[in-house]
Amino acid sequence: MALSHLSSTRSNRLLRPLAAAASSLCRPISTSTEPLVIETSIPFTPHKCEPPSRSVETNPQELLTFFRDMATMRRMEIAADSLYKAKLIRGFCHLYDGQEAVCVGMEASINKKDCIITAYRDHCTFLGRGGTLLEIFSELMGRQGGCSKGKGGSMHFYKKESGFYGGHGIVGAQVPLGCGLAFAQKYNKDENVTFALYGDGAANQGQLFEALNISALWDLPIILVCENNHYGMGTAEWRAAKSPSYYKRGDYVPGLKVDGMDVLAVKQACKFAKEHVLKNGPIILEMDTYRYHGHSMSDPGSTYRTRDEISGVRQERDPIERVRKLVLGHDLATEKELKDIEKEIRKEVDEAIAKAKVSPMPEPSELFTNVYVKGFGTEVFHS
Amino acid sequence: MISAGVGGRQLGGDLAGAAVVVVVIPRRRSRSIQSTAAGEALRCGGGGIKNAWSLQGTRPAILASRSFSSAAKEMTVRDALNSAIDEEMSADPKVFLMGEEVGEYQGAYKITKGLLEKYGPDRVLDTPITEAGFTGIGVGAAYHGLKPIIEFMTFNFSMQAIDHIINSAAKSNYMSAGQISVPIVFRGPNGAAAGVGAQHSQCYASWFASCPGLKVLAPYSSEDARGLMKAAIRDPDPVVFLENELLYGESFPVSAEVLDSSFSLPIGKAKIEREGKDVTITAFSKMVGYALKAAEILSKEGISAEVINLRSIRPLDRATINNSVRKTNRLVTVEEGFPQHGIGAEICASVVEDSFEYLDAAIERIAGADVPMPYAANLERLAVPQVEDIVRAAKRTCYRSSSLAATA
Repeated sequence: MALSHLSSTRSNRLLRPLAAAASSLCRPISTSTEPLVIETSIPFTPHKCEPPSRSVETNPQELLTFFRDMATMRRMEIAADSLYKAKLIRGFCHLYDGQEAVCVGMEASINKKDCIITAYRDHCTFLGRGGTLLEIFSELMGRQGGCSKGKGGSMHFYKKESGFYGGHGIVGAQVPLGCGLAFAQKYNKDENVTFALYGDGAANQGQLFEALNISALWDLPIILVCENNHYGMGTAEWRAAKSPSYYKRGDYVPGLKVDGMDVLAVKQACKFAKEHVLKNGPIILEMDTYRYHGHSMSDPGSTYRTRDEISGVRQERDPIERVRKLVLGHDLATEKELKDIEKEIRKEVDEAIAKAKVSPMPEPSELFTNVYVKGFGTEVFHS
Repeated sequence: MISAGVGGRQLGGDLAGAAVVVVVIPRRRSRSIQSTAAGEALRCGGGGIKNAWSLQGTRPAILASRSFSSAAKEMTVRDALNSAIDEEMSADPKVFLMGEEVGEYQGAYKITKGLLEKYGPDRVLDTPITEAGFTGIGVGAAYHGLKPIIEFMTFNFSMQAIDHIINSAAKSNYMSAGQISVPIVFRGPNGAAAGVGAQHSQCYASWFASCPGLKVLAPYSSEDARGLMKAAIRDPDPVVFLENELLYGESFPVSAEVLDSSFSLPIGKAKIEREGKDVTITAFSKMVGYALKAAEILSKEGISAEVINLRSIRPLDRATINNSVRKTNRLVTVEEGFPQHGIGAEICASVVEDSFEYLDAAIERIAGADVPMPYAANLERLAVPQVEDIVRAAKRTCYRSSSLAATA
């Protein structure tokens, strides 16, 4: 029965030209770029600025790309969980599942000359910037084919040519660094911006306020994005911040609170923010999001929050499910087609893992390379 | 007609558009040069002057005629640093300067005097008093490809930003396997000044020098200051540049080669300031001056000391140090900072590892007292090495000490 459905779909594809979404019983996945306007889940909450409209312009192709990208990220993180438990990934492993809409929505509104910098929960952000599954799994397993040749690990992914500057292990450090990237963009007179992502835990860091002050003084094109998943490791936001309205914490710097589980809201907010900072200096975006996993693989994630809360968010607000509903609701693809995409993704991820598993570890001589760009290698000490 | 400095324009005369170079006498007089009563006077003419090209290393390409001076050109360390930064900013538009009071105030110690006026507020930036913030911004700018010079008013304040120096700057090239390089210079006065107390007097040489990924330089003379600063700015790696407040006003002779805008010194090479054969004395920054004074005193007592100006703390020029010790068989290390885990400790370990059988005496370590810096003048004097301490230590290595007094 499934087979006959498939073949009729295929023949339909041959007979009918690819057209805008039209209601029909049996129709191909839409790759149309006809505009579609969809409302965000909730309005934006502004701080010292005029919020953008809730109506987001998108198109079927974009929505399906969102679905595919987020589903890939989800699958990748779940696979990383298994690899960690199998001890193929060592040390720290901070997973992003639940938060996919933030990096996917952001990518939809920017280009590769805009810069992104984040902390250690960076696997999906790296993928969004053009990283490959193979590079990611190789790096996680410490192989030479990894994006940092196995020398960085989970927290240190970089892709400079696509404007991804890491991958940082020290909470909060990435924010001044991001302001520095924006400084360079302004110095070079690029018309590009930088997004510095940080969590609700990092939002209280002093260096953030120092860098924000300088950025506001110097009108740097920096967007601070607080990925508020409501827990800084095991500490809930209300226990860490006197004011958990992170979008307001910039005081004189405008802010916007965004439903971070709604990829269209994220896209709209980032587009708005980019336009804003090129004219007016810094802005803070607070993405209200959630992580299904604990802080890292060493944290079960259920000692400081209830399983009901976690499953509740999964039921009500899951970013992938939201897009699935949109796609099905607007008749842009069938359930089966979406499931096929997910199967394809699963296969891609499994293949990347299999390939990474058999790939070589770095050569021992690599221990001493890249300490410096110029000369000296390392000091040689007698053993 | 008098002009001074490199590249000054001669007024009148038929020069065919040549820039004028002041020919100066290097520290060791190797030729006789005509002198005039007016001191630094220049004479130009088509006739040419014999041997004017013999000045080592000077090769100004467009010089049609040249002039010379009789007096040695002296330059303060302050001017040396200022001119080096100026020239590098002029040569490379990616170089910019950031720090507290570097612009309108002309620099807390006037090192950056005149640069704001010359390069404008886009390239000379006054920051608020927020080291963690502006250092992070500097490192981020370096990630993107600019070449920042970050000033710490003193290195004591670098502790507020040390996470960015170590974790964001030093380690990035390695962690990214070469993708993210950090061509940044962190500079400022380091170590003890005079009467500034415990929180403003620490030497950070050993803290930074222990970290792979950083290069750590410590100039002594004006030649060091110019050459090492230029090398640091041109270097694609993060460089910690440790100056000394008390040296800023000191003058040193500088040759034309040093004054040339292409001058630079290699990173990782020490300089033998004074050759000797009985004992090696290593020092950096202000202590080089003390070591040289000690060497003078020792020479009158028949001990010939070889003084090594380290110049580069990381990489440490182990080859020069060890070769010297293999020649003299005795070593005294001198530093102003705290003794435990200091530079002397590393040099000692290196010599024991590489040249143990050449040592005729135990290595002597002269360092600051193992106490936070006191304020009272007499206590402060006791807390920092003095020339007598170096002399006594050198004598001890020669088994010529008169008493068993401890160093501290």
